[in-house]
Amino acid sequence: MTHPTAPNKPLRAYGDRDGDGMLQMSFTLQIPPSGRAREAAKRFAEMHGLKEPLVATMEECAEGFSFFVVYGHSKHAIDVSTIEVPEIRTEALSREEIETRVKTRLGRKIVVVGACTGSDAHTVGIDAILNYKGYAGDKGLESYKSFEAYNLGAQVENEQLAARARALKADAILISQVITQRNVHKENAAAFIALAKKEGWRDEVILLFGGPRVDHKLALELGFDAGFGAGTKPSDVASYLVERLSGDAKRAKPPVG
Amino acid sequence: MATVPMDERKVAHCREIAAHIAEDVQQYIDTHTSVGVERTMLRAFGVEGADDQGAPLVNVAVDRYHRAGLLGRGISFFLGRALLAGAKSPQDAAERLAFGPEVDRGETGPDAAQARVALQPHVDDALARIDRAKGDREALKKSAKYPEPPHKYVIVATGNIYDDAVQAKAAARAGADIVAVIRATAQSLLDYVPHGATTEGYGGTFATQENFKIIRRALDEATHDYGRYIQQTNYSSGLCMAEIAWMGAVERLDMLLNDAMYGILFRDINMCRNFVDQYVARRFIARSGIIINTGEDNYLTTADAVEKAHTVIASQFINEAFAKRAGVREEQMGLGHAYEIDPWIEDSFLLEIAQAQLVRQIFDRHPIKWMPPTKHKVGDIFFAHVHDAMFSLVGITTNQSIELLGMFSESIHNPMLMDRYLSLKATRYVYTACKHLGEEISFKPDGRIAKRAVQVLDEAHTLLEEVKRDTIWESISHGAFADVKRTRDGGKGFAGVAERSHDYVNPILERLEADQDKGLTP
Repeated sequence: MTHPTAPNKPLRAYGDRDGDGMLQMSFTLQIPPSGRAREAAKRFAEMHGLKEPLVATMEECAEGFSFFVVYGHSKHAIDVSTIEVPEIRTEALSREEIETRVKTRLGRKIVVVGACTGSDAHTVGIDAILNYKGYAGDKGLESYKSFEAYNLGAQVENEQLAARARALKADAILISQVITQRNVHKENAAAFIALAKKEGWRDEVILLFGGPRVDHKLALELGFDAGFGAGTKPSDVASYLVERLSGDAKRAKPPVG
Repeated sequence: MATVPMDERKVAHCREIAAHIAEDVQQYIDTHTSVGVERTMLRAFGVEGADDQGAPLVNVAVDRYHRAGLLGRGISFFLGRALLAGAKSPQDAAERLAFGPEVDRGETGPDAAQARVALQPHVDDALARIDRAKGDREALKKSAKYPEPPHKYVIVATGNIYDDAVQAKAAARAGADIVAVIRATAQSLLDYVPHGATTEGYGGTFATQENFKIIRRALDEATHDYGRYIQQTNYSSGLCMAEIAWMGAVERLDMLLNDAMYGILFRDINMCRNFVDQYVARRFIARSGIIINTGEDNYLTTADAVEKAHTVIASQFINEAFAKRAGVREEQMGLGHAYEIDPWIEDSFLLEIAQAQLVRQIFDRHPIKWMPPTKHKVGDIFFAHVHDAMFSLVGITTNQSIELLGMFSESIHNPMLMDRYLSLKATRYVYTACKHLGEEISFKPDGRIAKRAVQVLDEAHTLLEEVKRDTIWESISHGAFADVKRTRDGGKGFAGVAERSHDYVNPILERLEADQDKGLTP
């Protein structure tokens, strides 16, 4: 994958001139505002690779803490030609294409079971993908004639999800993790994969992992088939599953993580 | 104050329907109890402590009697008998119930009336403890400045109660009037309240009595240092809503998230259990003067905020009706709603104003809780900051009472120190700059805002009629609220419900009911 307009040119942050490396950062330091604090913020920014940092604001945001906004020129550049991302998605299939393909090639509905697992009570992600309403005008899997979607909701134990998905003969299982601390979302997800392997049906079903902290790379590392991050639309997930199950498996591509 | 047209007769009729809906459920409530309710009574009698596995004594005692099929007589009955048998305190009596060699089947010996006599001084103590905490809270409020609404409400959620205390105080210093410690996400489904101070929790910090004390101490300090009374909030929801309500009452909390239906819809708690528990929780809340925050805002995070706006109003009428039946006054009812309409819809801001103003007018004595945008925040913090400012503009213009501040980092992480600071700063700007805007403007009587308000009230009225026709039990199983469907015997905690026997003993609850219904509450 190369930059469309300037192949092989190192990428720098863009302010208002090509190559100026301009960026803003904001952070809090545990020091009350003072001349010394301002200098500390400046040096802190320099240590992050900013040249000529400008401390635009310094405000006491809590007792003994200062909040800073700093502008500066980043000296760093990225050579995008060296970047390998596992897969890049092409276009999502249209609704008509999805319905026709499933009907003609598969001849049955695709069964999808999803849940927010572990202690996570936030169903906003799984609801957006599965429920009829969908997200940002893109209707959920429930709205497709060619999908049978089961949303088990929040705080579902891995064992429960596995049992239900097996009973429903799910083609795909979606695990959503929204709220996380200390990487608990990874542990929950990895535990599900371990369970599927232990019970011996890992390869009989497509396993998808989604959430704002998830990307495709992470999902693959944890043993899922695909990962879907922030901004994923239901049609992205639908397209992926249709490509996997009734099309060219190699064309099944999740969005850039 | 700018107003929208509101048909008073229709509002009155909505209240009548809601009263009918609640009355139907109240008949069930009045003939049932639950493990959560009975544990609450033991706690109110002063029973505390946990065994070496962390199981609270109140759980061990109540579970034992529930397993024996005896809970329908009320744990207080057995507690009273243990006192008559020589236990030197309710604590001692509860230990006998939990660990005594035999379960007391209550077949011979003292009857319900004698048990009540033995319990009487402890009932007085239990109520005095709540009243004392209320008195202390009111005195502290008087000694410091009590800011004008909208009150700025922020959350802290580190998982570690000691870090929460530092952040709570920092938030107060930066201008917050109300601080909530978000609960660990799984706690609503625990059928016990963890014991002691806690330093580990995912997505938040456990609600425990000791944790309540730690935050209250930090906020008392803040009240003293900054000269403004700082309010404390936590969550009386889930399977322990009644126990937590009692803890909030004695630890001087100011607000509790508490909703008649939230647990059913969003935590899949069994309906019967939830209705029984919310009633008892609210009896304690009513006595202690705590303000409840209801959860209608959540409907709009799952269902569409334009299409389902009326479900919020209908649910507010129902929540109000349930709260009234538990003795809660209008001034304690922080009915919830939210700014969750897709910001890119044409005139979305007008729709938000219409809804906020309508809620304000229908529930004019209620401290309305106004929740910020969350669903349409996707990580662009700069846009989100603007989005939040528009939300605050509606809040100040329509005179909402309790405003949970929007965080631009919503959907990214729990708020950081600077996120909260910037949110408070922006809100302070909007509140100050637009302080009297609502008094200066008026809405066109036949304009878009007015028409929308009329439409939403009409739809709410129709929905209430349907719920009355189908009963709340059936309506919830059809997905009338938040597009979520729950069945009467499904969900969590149903096994913890017991039918009351004809000689059920619960003198604390009876006193709460009698005093409140006679208007004797201090």
